[in-house]
Amino acid sequence: MNNPQLNKHGELQHLLSTEGLPAPILRNILDTAASYMSVAEGRDIKKLPLLHGKSIFNIFFENSTRTRTTFEIAAKRLSADVVNLNIGSSSASKGETLLDTVDNLCAMHADMFVVRHSQSGAAHLIAKHVAPEIHVINAGDGRHAHPTQALLDMFTIRHYKKEFHNLRVAIIGDILHSRVARSQIHALTTLGVPEVRVIAPKTLLPSCVDKLGVRVYHDMTQGLRDVDVVMMLRLQNERMQDAVLPSAQEYFKYYGLTQEKLVLAKTDAIVMHPGPMNRGVEIDSSVADGTQSVILPQVTFGIAVRMAVMSTLAGVGQ
Amino acid sequence: MNIQIKNGHLIDPKNQIDGLHDLFIVAGKVAAIGSAPAGFVAQQVIDATGLVVAPGLIDLAARLREPGYEYKATLESEMDAAVAGGITTLACPPDTDPPLDEPGLVEMLKHRARALNKAHVYPVGALTYGLKGAKLTEMAELADAGCIAFSQADAALTDTRVLMRAMQYAATFGFSVWLRPQDSFLARDGVAHDGEVARLGLPAIPVCAESIALSTMLQLAREAGVRLHVCRISSAEGVALVRAAKQQGLALTCDVSANHVHLSEMDIGFFNANCHLVPPLRSQRDRDALHAGLLDGAIDAICSDHTPVDEDAKQLPFAEAEAGATGLELLLPLALKWAKHGRRALADGLAKITLQPARILGLDAGHLSVGAAADVCVFDPDKYWKVESAALKSQGKNTPFIGMELQGRVRYTLVDGQLIYQSKACQ
Repeated sequence: MNNPQLNKHGELQHLLSTEGLPAPILRNILDTAASYMSVAEGRDIKKLPLLHGKSIFNIFFENSTRTRTTFEIAAKRLSADVVNLNIGSSSASKGETLLDTVDNLCAMHADMFVVRHSQSGAAHLIAKHVAPEIHVINAGDGRHAHPTQALLDMFTIRHYKKEFHNLRVAIIGDILHSRVARSQIHALTTLGVPEVRVIAPKTLLPSCVDKLGVRVYHDMTQGLRDVDVVMMLRLQNERMQDAVLPSAQEYFKYYGLTQEKLVLAKTDAIVMHPGPMNRGVEIDSSVADGTQSVILPQVTFGIAVRMAVMSTLAGVGQ
Repeated sequence: MNIQIKNGHLIDPKNQIDGLHDLFIVAGKVAAIGSAPAGFVAQQVIDATGLVVAPGLIDLAARLREPGYEYKATLESEMDAAVAGGITTLACPPDTDPPLDEPGLVEMLKHRARALNKAHVYPVGALTYGLKGAKLTEMAELADAGCIAFSQADAALTDTRVLMRAMQYAATFGFSVWLRPQDSFLARDGVAHDGEVARLGLPAIPVCAESIALSTMLQLAREAGVRLHVCRISSAEGVALVRAAKQQGLALTCDVSANHVHLSEMDIGFFNANCHLVPPLRSQRDRDALHAGLLDGAIDAICSDHTPVDEDAKQLPFAEAEAGATGLELLLPLALKWAKHGRRALADGLAKITLQPARILGLDAGHLSVGAAADVCVFDPDKYWKVESAALKSQGKNTPFIGMELQGRVRYTLVDGQLIYQSKACQ
């Protein structure tokens, strides 16, 4: 099967998923992102001219403020022209199909699309459809993938833990409906993390989750034991309406991350969350704001990682 | 017209003929096999050297899309596709718009099909009005109008009391009931197997959605004493339930779609919407069980499950893309592929698309006995051909097999002794 993300030279053409990407490509993005960190931190002038004259369209069929904003900042720091479209409130409601919308934007000479859509596979569909000089970044498709989130998580882990090959990582929460979790699992296993655990009640796990190369736990006190990295997931409120969970209170009691549970992990374990957080549902405030939390640095790293993805796709990265 | 099909390898699974025999056709019927009947003078001779001469194929599930979905396909386009695929008899499910729940609709469809003078069309009537699963249709009237069986197509029938009564009522008149087992609660919003394909984050339909619905309908059928035909079985558990029920003596038949005999969830790859099918493609283990079920007879027949879908309806994210694939022109090579894979004779592959579906339909068809209607499919069993959208006669251009090489190509199709189709290579 052809990998739709790579061109015939094996270079990154689109970023649609972390599944099936070779480790060197992932490492290269992380290395490039590290070089951009100094742009954000150490200098007065935050811009690089790498994407000068390029047009990047953020097309969001699903609402998101933060992800869209970080993509926008990343593109602007690379000197690209950025157009934001919230399609949820325009074309789609007028009955225009996804590919018609994309064709119209291509006619406006877009160089790159950043796409978020509620349907799994939407970014793949667009990538298959556009001309070969156009690049597509998946900013989240249904329950399938959110590769830039996973890459910024990998960047965060590498920043604090230096290596991947000696880590024990636990992902906790709604794996079934989470595009973040799927992308994290593929990225962690590709980068050589020897033990990836998922911890969730059975209603929040896909069947065959073990086939993704993870160990399955239903009990936090067992699953958290001696882990180096704790990755929390957001719990959507609608899960209670859908007979998946009885209540947010019971979920917090058994699967929420508290200081009492966190002590089971290694003393230097870091705590991550892709945001936005539900305090008191999946994570206690004392943990979210505690010394082991790296949740805000994740956001900062996210800009550098998205810059790295954009410049790599444009062929002007490291 | 007197037609002689000469030098062909004649295979008739019902009469267990498998050898080099000429076929003689007089006045639309098979007149003799082997040597010409007395006084026979051929007005047309078809040279079948190197070709197989078989009964015309019978397809248990071909959506012709009329009435209501003419933008997806028309009777004209799909009947052309059928005879190009060697199919001389087909049953069409009732999920048209409006559904086939009124005798007038059925008569119109029969009339239109007859006027086209291609394959024989047997509509399957709706079991309930509007396929809504609440009120029984006038089954006896519908049968008089030409319905050959009664079905819910892919529509849910969740009310088990309605299902029981529909079966009892059908049994009263000796009609058979065709049902595809799927629990609509477990399958809600699902578009893919609940297995390894979960990596794609597509809403899932677990196997138990099939096995639970199947268990229910088997018990009700036993209770009602109805002839039940199970459509589009997809899982190993489903096959096992059908096998066990047959061993217990239930009047039961079962078919599988040609797609599911050869494909699994892995073929979805990266969201290939051509693999968005109903029921979903399941695991390789399930596919192997379907193979085995065909071998031991738990599954009686292979159907095309032909569902022409317009191109726009497939150019959408996987879950939003319309389910279904074109299949009429692929039924023969896919049945032959199964036989080859299972190391069975060509005749065994042909039985699954001639003799067995005829039995399920209760038709005296699917064989070449002397006196039978001369519905004949002449094909090249060795010819490899590449499936290409543009070359398909069906208005539906989507199938998971696009780009693949398949073996077995129809050369001539005769219906009632008339040469209705010949491939370009033979013109």
